[in-house]
Amino acid sequence: MFRSLWQYRHFIISSIRGDLKGRFVRSRLGGLWFILHPLAQALIFSIVLSEVLKARLPDTDSPAAYPIYLLSGMAAWTLFSEILTRSMTVFIEQAPVMKKIVFPRLCLPIIVGGTALINHLLLLCALFIIFFFLGHLPGRTLILLPIGIVLIAAIGFGLGVILGVMNVFIRDIAQVMTIVLQLWYWLTPIVYPANVLPEKYAFVLNLNPIVPLVALYQDALLFNRWPSPESLIVPAAMGLVSMAFAIVFFRRASPELIDVL
Amino acid sequence: MTVLSVSHLSKRYANYASNLERFAGWFGAPVQPTEEFWPVRDISFSLSAGEALGLIGQNGAGKSTLLKLITGTVRPTEGTAHVGGRISAILELGLGFNPEFTGRQNAYHAGGLMGFSQARLSELMPHIEDFAEIGEFFDQPLRTYSSGMHARLAFALATAERPEVLIVDEVLSVGDSYFQHKSFDRIRSFRAAGTSIILVTHSVGDVRALCDRVILLDKGHVLKDGPPDEVVDYYNALIATKENEKLTVEQRREKDQWLYSRSGSKVAAVESVALTDSDSGAQIKTALSGQSMTIRTRIVAKEDIAELVIGFMLRDRAGHVVWGTNTWHTDQVLSNLKAGDEVECRLRLTCALGQGSYGLSVALHTGDVHIDSNFDWIENVEVFDVINSGQPFFIGTSRLEHAFEIVR
Repeated sequence: MFRSLWQYRHFIISSIRGDLKGRFVRSRLGGLWFILHPLAQALIFSIVLSEVLKARLPDTDSPAAYPIYLLSGMAAWTLFSEILTRSMTVFIEQAPVMKKIVFPRLCLPIIVGGTALINHLLLLCALFIIFFFLGHLPGRTLILLPIGIVLIAAIGFGLGVILGVMNVFIRDIAQVMTIVLQLWYWLTPIVYPANVLPEKYAFVLNLNPIVPLVALYQDALLFNRWPSPESLIVPAAMGLVSMAFAIVFFRRASPELIDVL
Repeated sequence: MTVLSVSHLSKRYANYASNLERFAGWFGAPVQPTEEFWPVRDISFSLSAGEALGLIGQNGAGKSTLLKLITGTVRPTEGTAHVGGRISAILELGLGFNPEFTGRQNAYHAGGLMGFSQARLSELMPHIEDFAEIGEFFDQPLRTYSSGMHARLAFALATAERPEVLIVDEVLSVGDSYFQHKSFDRIRSFRAAGTSIILVTHSVGDVRALCDRVILLDKGHVLKDGPPDEVVDYYNALIATKENEKLTVEQRREKDQWLYSRSGSKVAAVESVALTDSDSGAQIKTALSGQSMTIRTRIVAKEDIAELVIGFMLRDRAGHVVWGTNTWHTDQVLSNLKAGDEVECRLRLTCALGQGSYGLSVALHTGDVHIDSNFDWIENVEVFDVINSGQPFFIGTSRLEHAFEIVR
C-alpha cells in the first residue's frame, strides 16, 4: 500500500499544487488573503470580546495578548477542522474519478491533508507577521509547535477518513458533524481562557483530546511555556489509534465503497 | 493469444438492514443482506489480441458495471477478469483535469493519476502535444479551452501509449469530425498492432464498422455472442419485442452470409416482396446502376388496423444504411384497414447505387419508427447486386450526379 502511494507521489504533489492554485489564482489580492483573513477575524473577536466584554487574560497585561491567544488557538483549530471536514467529504466529491480510474484511493485524503498542512504553514507565517506588528515575538518553546502540528493532523486525518468512509453510506454524518464541530469549538478554550470555566465543567476539557494541543499552540506562541509531557499522552494515543483504525477501516470498506458512490 | 479472459464474473450490490450491520460485516460478523441485486451475473468470454468486441444492451443491462469490473475500479463478488498486460479505459474524457493547470501540466497531472511515471510522461509529452493539435493552447490554462480542445487533449493523453486492452465507452462522439476520424484511426492502428478493443456504444453503425464480434447483454447475462450483423439485428428485434409481447423473432443466415431476420406481431404481414424493372415489369436479381426499378410489396391485414406505415431500407454489405424512409414521412399513412384487406405498395426508385451487393429490409408499423407497434419487420428480405455497365467507373455506394469541367 505504501509503495503504491509512493508511486503516485507526483500526482499527490501536483493535486496539492492545484488545490492551492485554485484558491488564489483568480482573486486580485492572491496570497495577501492569507494574512487578511486571520487578521480580520482577530480584529473582530478582539473588539467584541476584549473591548466590549472587557475580557483580559489573567496571566498577562499586554493589550495584544488576547488577539495573540485567540489567533494561536484558532490556527490549531483551523488545521484540525479543515483536515476533518474535507476528508469527510472527499470520497463523495471525487466519486467520478474513483469510479472510472484505478489508483490508490488513499491518495485522496492524503491530498486533503497535504493541502491543509501547507495552508497551515502559510497561515503560521502570516501570524508571525501579525505578531511582529503587535510587538510580540514567540520564544524558544516555538520548537514544540511541530509536535502539535503532527498530532492535530493525525487526529484530524484519522477521524476524517473513518467518518468519510461512513459518510459514503450514511450521508447525514457530514451534516451532523458540522454541528458537532461547532459545539466542539466552543468546548475548547480558544475564544476564552480555560480558567474562566466553572469548576464543575472542567471535566469536559479533560475529555477533549484537542484541548492539550490547542494549549500547546497557545503556550508556544504566546506564553512561552513548556507544556507538561503528560498532557500530550492522550492526544498522542488518540492520533495513533485513529490513524491505525482509519487505515484498517478504509481497507475493509474499499470493495463496497465504489458500489454505493 | 488470449489477452483478456473473463470467467464467471458476477457483481452483487447488497443492502443491509442497517449500515451498522454492513460495517460489522467488514470485520467478519456473519450478517446477511436484506436485499441483493446482481447487475452482472456469471459472464464468461475471452478476447484475443487484435480482436474488437462490441458491447451492446439496453440501459441497465450491466454494460458499465462489466467495464468497471474489467478495468478494476469495481471488485467482483465472484469470478475473475484476467488481463494479460496494460489495460486502458476511456470511460470519460478529461477525468482528473484541473482547470487552472495548462494543457501540459494537466497531461502530467492526469497522466500521474492514470499510473504513468513522470519520466515516462516526459517521453510521451511530444507525442501528446503533437496528436492533440491545439497549438499554443497546450501551454495555456485549461479553463480557456473550448470543449473540442478539451476532448482533443484528453484523448491524446488517454491513448498516449498503446495498451493491450483498450476500453472505449461511447466517448468518440465528441469533437469535430476531423478529430473523430483521427481518433478512430488511432484506435484502428492500435488494433493492427495487437491491441484488443472493447467498444460500448448505442450507435449500431459504429459496432458494425469497427467490431468483429458483438456481445449483447441483458439483465446482467450474455444474451447473444456472435458476428455483428447477427447480434445487432437480434438486438433491434429485441427492442421492438419489448414493446409488444406478441412478437416473435426469427433469424437465419442466407447464402453469401446475408442475415435474414423477421420479427413482429403479424397483425399486418408482408406476403411477398419483388424487385422489378420499372419498364418491363420483369423481376430482377441484378440491377444496373442508374436503372429505374420498382419494389412491389403485397401486404395483408390480419386484424383491423387504425394506422399502417410501410418502410423500406437499403443496406450495403458492411451493414451501413444506404437509404431508408417510410410512408409516414411522405404523408401516405394508411388508415382504418379492416381484417382481410390487401394492399399493394409499389415503390418506384432510381437505382442510384454503386457496384456491390445490397440488402432490402421492409417494415410495417405505426408511427414514424418501427419501434412502436411493430407488425412485421423483415431484415434483408431481398438481396440484390448492382453492376455498373456502360457508365464511367466510380467507387462508393452512392451514384452522385456529377460532371467534370476542366479548364487549362
